[in-house]
Amino acid sequence: MAEVNLTIDGRPVSVPAGTNVLEAAAKLGVDIPRLCYDPELTAVGACRLCIVEIEKMRGLPASCATPAAEGMVVRTNTEKIRKYRRMTLELLLANHPQDCLTCEKNGDCKLQEYAYVYGARADSYKGERKHHVPDDSNPFFVRDHDKCIVCGRCIRTCAEVMGIGAVDYSWRGFKAKVTTSYDVPIEESPCVFCGNCVTVCPTGALQPKSRVGQGRSWELKRVRTVCPYCGVGCAIELVINRDGKVVGVDPADGPANHNKLCVKGRFGFEFIQSPDRLKKPLVRKAVLEGRRGKAARESEFVEVSWDEALGLVAKRLGEIKAKHGAAALAGFTSAKCTNEENYLLQKLVRQGFGNNNIDHCARLCHASTVAGLASSFGSGAMTNSIDDIAQSKCVFIIGSNTTEAHPVIGLQVKKAKRNGARLIVVDPRRVDLAELADLHLQQVPGSDVAVLNGLMHVIIRDDLYAKDFVAARTENFEALKKTVEKYTPEYVESLSGVPAALLTEAARTYAKAGRSAIIYSMGITQHTTGTDNVQTVANLAMLTGNIGREGTGVNPLRGQNNVQGACDVGGLPNVYPGYQAVTSPEAKAKFEKAWGVSLSEKVGLTVTEVINAAARGEIKGLYVMGENPMVSDPDINHVREALGDLDFLVVQDIFLTETARLADVVLPSTCFAEKDGTFTNTERRVQLVVKALEPPGEARADWEILNDLARRMGLGWDYQSVAQIMDEVADLTPIYAGVRWDRLAEGGDAHDKGLQWPVATRDHPGTPVLHREKFSRGLGQFAAIDYLPAAEETDTEYPLVLSTGRILFHYHTGTMTRRSKGLNWIRPEGYIEINPETAAYHGIADRDWVKVTSRRGSVVTRARVTSITGKRVVFMPFHFAEAAANVLTNPAVDPKAKIPEFKVAAVKIEKAAEAPTWAVEREAAARAARGAAGDRAAVAKEVAAGGERR
Amino acid sequence: MPEKEVHENGPVFDPTPLEAILEKSRGAKGALIPILQQTQDAYGYLPRPAVARIAKFLKVPESKVYGVATFYAQFHLHPRGRNIVRVCLGTACHVRGGEAILGAVADELKVSPGETTPDLRFTLERVACLGACGLSPAMMVNDTTYGRLTKKRVAEVLKKYQ
Repeated sequence: MAEVNLTIDGRPVSVPAGTNVLEAAAKLGVDIPRLCYDPELTAVGACRLCIVEIEKMRGLPASCATPAAEGMVVRTNTEKIRKYRRMTLELLLANHPQDCLTCEKNGDCKLQEYAYVYGARADSYKGERKHHVPDDSNPFFVRDHDKCIVCGRCIRTCAEVMGIGAVDYSWRGFKAKVTTSYDVPIEESPCVFCGNCVTVCPTGALQPKSRVGQGRSWELKRVRTVCPYCGVGCAIELVINRDGKVVGVDPADGPANHNKLCVKGRFGFEFIQSPDRLKKPLVRKAVLEGRRGKAARESEFVEVSWDEALGLVAKRLGEIKAKHGAAALAGFTSAKCTNEENYLLQKLVRQGFGNNNIDHCARLCHASTVAGLASSFGSGAMTNSIDDIAQSKCVFIIGSNTTEAHPVIGLQVKKAKRNGARLIVVDPRRVDLAELADLHLQQVPGSDVAVLNGLMHVIIRDDLYAKDFVAARTENFEALKKTVEKYTPEYVESLSGVPAALLTEAARTYAKAGRSAIIYSMGITQHTTGTDNVQTVANLAMLTGNIGREGTGVNPLRGQNNVQGACDVGGLPNVYPGYQAVTSPEAKAKFEKAWGVSLSEKVGLTVTEVINAAARGEIKGLYVMGENPMVSDPDINHVREALGDLDFLVVQDIFLTETARLADVVLPSTCFAEKDGTFTNTERRVQLVVKALEPPGEARADWEILNDLARRMGLGWDYQSVAQIMDEVADLTPIYAGVRWDRLAEGGDAHDKGLQWPVATRDHPGTPVLHREKFSRGLGQFAAIDYLPAAEETDTEYPLVLSTGRILFHYHTGTMTRRSKGLNWIRPEGYIEINPETAAYHGIADRDWVKVTSRRGSVVTRARVTSITGKRVVFMPFHFAEAAANVLTNPAVDPKAKIPEFKVAAVKIEKAAEAPTWAVEREAAARAARGAAGDRAAVAKEVAAGGERR
Repeated sequence: MPEKEVHENGPVFDPTPLEAILEKSRGAKGALIPILQQTQDAYGYLPRPAVARIAKFLKVPESKVYGVATFYAQFHLHPRGRNIVRVCLGTACHVRGGEAILGAVADELKVSPGETTPDLRFTLERVACLGACGLSPAMMVNDTTYGRLTKKRVAEVLKKYQ
């Protein structure tokens, strides 16, 4: 881009054409005051504080809204400018409460700061003052209109960044204020409570409630770390007061989020210091007395010392191994724990247990991605970076409710759309992005291969495929061509319900854009055809040459903060760290040398196989670190029975989860805020996690617990620090070879941005885009795949398809989000989405209690009647243990990746006769807490009738 | 003064006229204000369901439509009365007791200026000058001007309108 040269305050500066004068000055370190300007938002030039003098221009132009021009001579701080700025501030102050003594914003308020700098007095102008009722309706933040200077930053953030527009200016002149439509409380608007408006508010008009009275801004400590929720890996600052209490979370300028957060990341922090945190090791009384098995596990937990707990664990694991052989033990590692901890647990299993029975919840989310993309491309991870989605000309989203499950990536999609990209959404539900999309293909759950083959049929038929790319970079094209030949749009319509014309248009749009990115998630992976789905997605990208460049790629969005890392460092039964196969003699020899034992070359059991093997009595001892299969796994009744059949169950967690309640021994561990380490986000970016707090009670970091246990098991471990473990990982894992503590820590070259693997050497900068020149496996491999129906089809008895998934306000098994007041306030219970026609047919009204039954069990939950789902499909979020969707789901698995089919189960629904016990008890408890009368029969009746509407 | 709570007390919303207006405007640029004007002509005010539907139709946030609707004095968010009473408080009327006339109307209708009677019979407004200074104190009911008003005449005039 052309550069322009100008002079600011007598100093020359050169900036790209189109840069505004305010940013040009910033380049020289000149900080022009501003209240309404934000570099990410449209410049409106409204606050008149950034005025400057420019030679040959009349008046005092707003520097934020004036583009720098060649030869411009700018003065930013003359006596005249200062006078006008002071006057502007005094006019603002004339209608602003002088509440600084008690205002939470004190010390962090731009209006206050500029008033000080320019000597603006509050009493220079006298006149009427506005008095509006604050909007205090939600648990997250307050809008105090009286402190609002109507700069519009919140309005523009909500409209331009979030694409929501929950608020705007209403009325005019003196009466103007920022409101929702019809000035209803914000909770009744489309607001998603991301709080990004709170971040940009320059005054105290928008304030998070959690900080009220918790300390002045200068007393609060801030520690930069990584958000513990989804796989986006947003950089956050934990805000901690003098008493060591976490009072808030602020966004930081991380590479994945650039100062944005979602509602969970910003407001879902209360779990950290929840009174429910485990503080001491727990062992069953009968187990301490030497008894075994299920009966012993029914006795009460007693608190014991670490010495006693770990001694017992080491002894019992050793006994099981001696008596039943190495194959009788297994471990579940955790996508919530750090890379270093995952490395240690897989090492403990491989070196100590003597088998490869190590797996984790990646099995339940992206096992099919790891298997499918490894076979197509040679590397099972997101090919591109989050940031480059916005450069795409066509974003193709299949099976991902991005704005709810990965909200900050959803912002990149919206940004791409604002930049003119076409948006195609393929989803059985009319999710938020489907509303925004140019094309929404609403397929029957489980028909993804048919839809994708249909797209490729059209692309090949219309000669829109990338012939040079296919010839030079791929193999097996002819087989693919032959397979997709029969998937005419009409045939695909008969399989998937997607209209032929719509399919054709989508194919042409994707193929012709020139720079198309695919985003997918659980809607693709959680099927018995999960690996097929993934490989078919990869086919589509290769066929059109949309791989290896910015704004293209195949981008699986990982669900957990560190599920990518847990896979990378070997938390899988078939590979060592760095995806080195356990069946490879070279890999085996390498790790045998490093760990000093002989290792098993037999592929271990997956999560679902371990459960089945436990039910058959083949697995006797299970070590669970930070997983909750009693809510997360399919067919929970079966999981409960299988865990009951174990000889010995150890759970290491931060809460007494549904799974921990079945254990012999429970070990209290630390959460992300209480330890050092690294998380790897969905774009393969390894980022540093920093200890901000002391752990509660006697809780210890997972890596310390594992180190201690391994020592007691005679494995000779002696890790002193996380950095030491990182070095061992790097030495054994080629893709992590350059990932070192000193590079990521403060002062290191990768401190701000982290490192995207592969990182080949200590000075390698990381790899933002995979498969640029060639695929990891050499040539990309087309897989010729035919459509197969889901494992369980609907019939007259179970006529509806149940799909499951996440919602914005909760996370996974709810152990964290359901302990955060605000999140639980906004979504206190689960529900089932039913199409209005289907609901009417069954005589079900909105908020009725509905009994949902599959071949495996039934639950009672609340009806949400909505046209978001089609007539044959119902949807349940899986976060709610009391009415768990996974009681209903089908444990049938993909034959290659062993991922269960969470997205398709045949169910029937009927109106429930009465409210479930848990709902009545919860309401009764809430009333008792309020001191209200608690006649149980009356409460039950009211809850059954629908209770309070939210 | 804080803004009055906006509330719905109009008849059940019938979307038919609105859909016809929207259909006519499909594809037009800068359509928001004309659509709002036509909607108000059809319904007498801007019902909230209409504002929500217009926002969806134009693919703009509802808050934006509300912002425009509140910016212009010509748009009304409450149902309006069948009859609009405008009491003049221009200089001449003010001198000749316009305030008392306004008070008499307000007492008679039991509403304050800017409000509508619950039976939607009258909306009361105060205006600066009707240009009928020779007849002061004056008021208009719909398109008819009444001058030389007394408290007693006010009641008689209002009786004529249902």
